[in-house]
Amino acid sequence: MKTIRIIPRLDIKGPNLVKGIHLEGLRVLGKPEDFARYYYENGADELFYQDVVASLYERNSLNSLISNTAKEIFIPLTVGGGIRTIADINSVLRAGADKVCINTAAIKNPNFIKEASRSFGSSTIVIAIEAIKQPDGCYLAYTDNGREHTGIEVADWAKKAEELGAGEIVITSVDRDGTGLGFDMQLIQLISEIVSIPLIIHGGASDESNIATAIKEGKADGVALASILHYNFIQNNITSLIGKEEGNTDFLKSGKQFSRITPTTIKTIKEFLNKNTISIRL
Amino acid sequence: MKNNNDIVIIDYQLGNLFSVKHACVKVGLNPIITSDKKDILKASILILPGVGAFGDAMENLKRLDLVSPLKDKVKMGIPLFGICLGLQLLFEESEEHGTNKGLGLIPGTVKKIPFSIENRKIKVPNTGWNTIYNKNVSEWNNSPLNSLDQNSYMYFVHSYYAKPANANDILTLTNYDGLEYCSSIKKDNICAFQFHPEKSGKNGLEIYNNIKIAFQ
Repeated sequence: MKTIRIIPRLDIKGPNLVKGIHLEGLRVLGKPEDFARYYYENGADELFYQDVVASLYERNSLNSLISNTAKEIFIPLTVGGGIRTIADINSVLRAGADKVCINTAAIKNPNFIKEASRSFGSSTIVIAIEAIKQPDGCYLAYTDNGREHTGIEVADWAKKAEELGAGEIVITSVDRDGTGLGFDMQLIQLISEIVSIPLIIHGGASDESNIATAIKEGKADGVALASILHYNFIQNNITSLIGKEEGNTDFLKSGKQFSRITPTTIKTIKEFLNKNTISIRL
Repeated sequence: MKNNNDIVIIDYQLGNLFSVKHACVKVGLNPIITSDKKDILKASILILPGVGAFGDAMENLKRLDLVSPLKDKVKMGIPLFGICLGLQLLFEESEEHGTNKGLGLIPGTVKKIPFSIENRKIKVPNTGWNTIYNKNVSEWNNSPLNSLDQNSYMYFVHSYYAKPANANDILTLTNYDGLEYCSSIKKDNICAFQFHPEKSGKNGLEIYNNIKIAFQ
């Protein structure tokens, strides 16, 4: 059989878990460790940490978070953000990550994918593609969290990344990220038709039914989820979260919710998928 | 209990060793991570982990002069546990990036997962959770899987799979999207898993715990 993976995605900025819209306007949601532990104990198939400002500041500061996570969480951990060299990959893996996710450095130097997959095995190298739909309907890849235009068409890039040895692709719809408007099915299908490596879809999940449809029609191998899970965790843990955070915590304190997103749990999602004949690990 | 320093995770400078160590620590083992053959020669339990490319791994083992110490220890009957690439390295050869010779401790070869089965495309690498099973209950019960249920979920990430020459060496099978393959092996004092017990949540930690119990 083949099971579909549910992967909480934790965007990290400094010591905080953050979440934006269109990868921008980052709000502090809490401590990544609290969320990671909760997701591990509640059925997450993997975890995905993305240092959302690493590439921008050309730094790589997640290692202590990774090693603390690896001591208590025994599911796979993918780490992205600011990975530019073979030495960077080595250091993240040695801190306890299982896979690394690369965007900017791979676009700047596609051969990096080849070199990295030769050194660490294809299955360790995940390529992130941040896609923005253009006025003419085509999708272009961006770097630095949707900030930098590259002019590269996403389907071509996905195919090339696979040929160079990438073991997995995470496709993010920057347009849908954090909006709860639903997955961009046109984008997902564009990529899933062209690649034969696992495809993780990310950006826009609104509820269980939207996730099930995206998996079935988009032929995805995994789903990366952020807002939909994080807001549920916050609703249930709000008192313990407030007061501990630095940065922009206005959202956290306001108790506001997102009208378009129906917060839910991994368990609820998995039960829904199971009922809809999608194989998952229960 | 053996002296904790005797449990050795072999570091051949590839991949994620620390999650193996953390899983050991979680169940109360305290292994050392080492590339030093002197430590390996003193070991009473060896763990050969691995993420990475087969050829590079063999090159590193040779460069670090660990091939003979490892083989000698296995001949002496010291338990050896392989994980992922650590399972594949035990075989005679692999077709990863050309043909590369392995340690040759288990008869058989390592093959690439095909891109299609009966004209149906399958995804490679195999990344994700899948079940392990064995119709022979006594083999299962006589292994570190003994406390687990048949069809327990484990986490896999690999593009190649081992094909043992002797069916007797197969401990479990897994079916990935139509490809049934050997997902763990057991032969004398060698036991190895294609999946990552240290990444397989509570099920995986149980395997480490069973290893601990077996050698207490």
